[in-house]
Amino acid sequence: MSQQSPQTLYDKLWQSHVVLEQDDGSALIYIDRHLVHEVTSPQAFEGLKLAGRQPWRIKSVVATADHNTPTDHWERGIEDPVSRLQVETLDANIAEFGALAYYPFKHERQGIVHVVGPENGATLPGMTVVCGDSHTSTHGAFACMAHGIGTSEVEHVLATQCLVQKKSKTMLVRVEGELGQGVSAKDVALAVIGKIGTAGGTGYAIEFAGSAIRSLSMEGRMTLCNMAIEAGARMGFVAVDQTTIDYLKGRSYAPQGDDWERAVAYWRTLVSDEGASFDAVVELAAADIEPQVTWGTSPEMVVSVKGCVPDPASFADPVKREGAERALAYMGLSANQPIESIAIDKVFIGSCTNSRIEDLRAAADVVKGKHIAANVKLALAVPGSGLVKRQAEAEGLDKIFVAAGFEWREPGCSMCLAMNADRLAPGERCASTSNRNFEGRQGAGGRTHLVSPQMAAAAAIAGHFADVRDLA
Amino acid sequence: MEAFVRLDGLVAPLDRANVDTDAIIPKQFLKSIKRSGFGPNLFDEWRYLDVGQPGQDCSGRPQNPDFVLNQPRYQGAQILLARQNFGCGSSREHAPWALLDYGFRAIIAESFADIFFNNCFKNGILPIVLPAADIDALFAAVNATPGYRLTVDLEKQLVERPDGAALPFAIEPFRKERLLNGWDDIGLTLLQADKIRAFEEKRRIEQPWLFSA
Repeated sequence: MSQQSPQTLYDKLWQSHVVLEQDDGSALIYIDRHLVHEVTSPQAFEGLKLAGRQPWRIKSVVATADHNTPTDHWERGIEDPVSRLQVETLDANIAEFGALAYYPFKHERQGIVHVVGPENGATLPGMTVVCGDSHTSTHGAFACMAHGIGTSEVEHVLATQCLVQKKSKTMLVRVEGELGQGVSAKDVALAVIGKIGTAGGTGYAIEFAGSAIRSLSMEGRMTLCNMAIEAGARMGFVAVDQTTIDYLKGRSYAPQGDDWERAVAYWRTLVSDEGASFDAVVELAAADIEPQVTWGTSPEMVVSVKGCVPDPASFADPVKREGAERALAYMGLSANQPIESIAIDKVFIGSCTNSRIEDLRAAADVVKGKHIAANVKLALAVPGSGLVKRQAEAEGLDKIFVAAGFEWREPGCSMCLAMNADRLAPGERCASTSNRNFEGRQGAGGRTHLVSPQMAAAAAIAGHFADVRDLA
Repeated sequence: MEAFVRLDGLVAPLDRANVDTDAIIPKQFLKSIKRSGFGPNLFDEWRYLDVGQPGQDCSGRPQNPDFVLNQPRYQGAQILLARQNFGCGSSREHAPWALLDYGFRAIIAESFADIFFNNCFKNGILPIVLPAADIDALFAAVNATPGYRLTVDLEKQLVERPDGAALPFAIEPFRKERLLNGWDDIGLTLLQADKIRAFEEKRRIEQPWLFSA
């Protein structure tokens, strides 16, 4: 038998899902898990019905309502009639076609789709996971081939359980060493994007590796893989290790008994082989990564909290220079302004990036016994799911947030994309644990600075950006 | 899906990098359960001076005169000229739906974000990647020449300039063939139903835990 050359994790994931390679250079890839939410699915279900097609394997679907749902006054239901219709359309589609699991509005396990999937064990190593949402890359934390798709592809997966794909190039992002105190997975993600740019990962599948990554919890790995899309990558993932396996044991849809043992044996093979080669390698030293704060309207516009807003004149590339000028005008900032001098109006702790229990613990730890600054008009703590919310309440985190002046909300996407009532007014500035600082993302005219939960908490207390390491 | 073979169209320039799908179609319009009617809200926050609401009649809204698509010379444009990383951010297919509904059939840029790029092909829009130098030259030509048009020939994989120069572009064969013919992807995939079923059965035996009900 000829010796096989070392394979990357991506090679293994890809090869195990190829239904057939076509003459035109594409491959038909089998999809194991299809996550569905209310915003990007109605047109797909409608397309299926119009064509008279049946879903191929509806038990691959796990669905929840998250983007449009309110995060307070659940007793009032969804007051916006347009949002309500969209959520009710999902209810009706699931009632008609079925699903493995559906967590509708107000269900005790309802929440952000990328929080709900993993915590219920519906995301398992070696799976292909797709969803009509770009942050599906989150599930790569479990060594999955996971990526966002558009609505036409949602319909395609519903109808065929497959996608037509072309293999990506591979990039290894290796972070060695120990992260400093107050430095989190979010800071690693932002530092990587700052280094390679928002298009740096375009065309690549990124594997995150190195001792700093192996030290991260599953929550931290999800935060990191979640942001892979902001680096332009199709997906980001982390190899299986004991941390992965320990997280999954006992979860609702995780295998049990003999299946568990068989599954674990297989999952342990989901690592890149020694000597496997990548198309690109990026290396960062964990010790060099400081708490990050974005200053502009793209996640690559990021600096350390100890840094300053850059001078657009310092960019050699005219397109970048003009982009920085436009960003400064939009953000209401001036060149060379110290980051720590920037005062904020609102704080948002939540989103598929940073709304898991560990995120809430880290933020609560910073605000405990303190109070938000007088200039902070609103500070929201929005758990990622009903399960996260109850866990946090069991630990008393809700009381810590409320005592500090935060509002403790019901789960959902909330002010990450402001489809519901949680949003910024024009000109308002927000320290946000979400993933995008685009113009208008958190509300028309709103100004978003992306930070970690610890840093959002520190900004809430100080009233301006502050280095969480100085608050200890 | 409408086939794309050859297009002769007026060009509109959008001279900024990292144009994200939130800018192409803001979130409030994602509440629709339809795939049509997004054109009036394309680039809503840049195009109008007020904040748009879903279902609103846009004909009386105050337009931002500085926004390029509001200039009379670009009315009726079918080709959008853009910079790096066009279509980054959210996977919302509402972005290509809005571009198509507005009238764009081709987008020429230095690079595209992955999901947006994919979504274009599902809707009969051709995204074309050209080198930075070609993009720079096209921006200069469009800005200098009212009524500037280009011809896109997908069969030959050429963008033909009015001065006679032709710029070649690459496209993956499977995408080209599907777009040239306007084929239904799902119908094509279902031709392989036996192979999908066989793959699935093998997988069910090897990893039964993936098929829990």
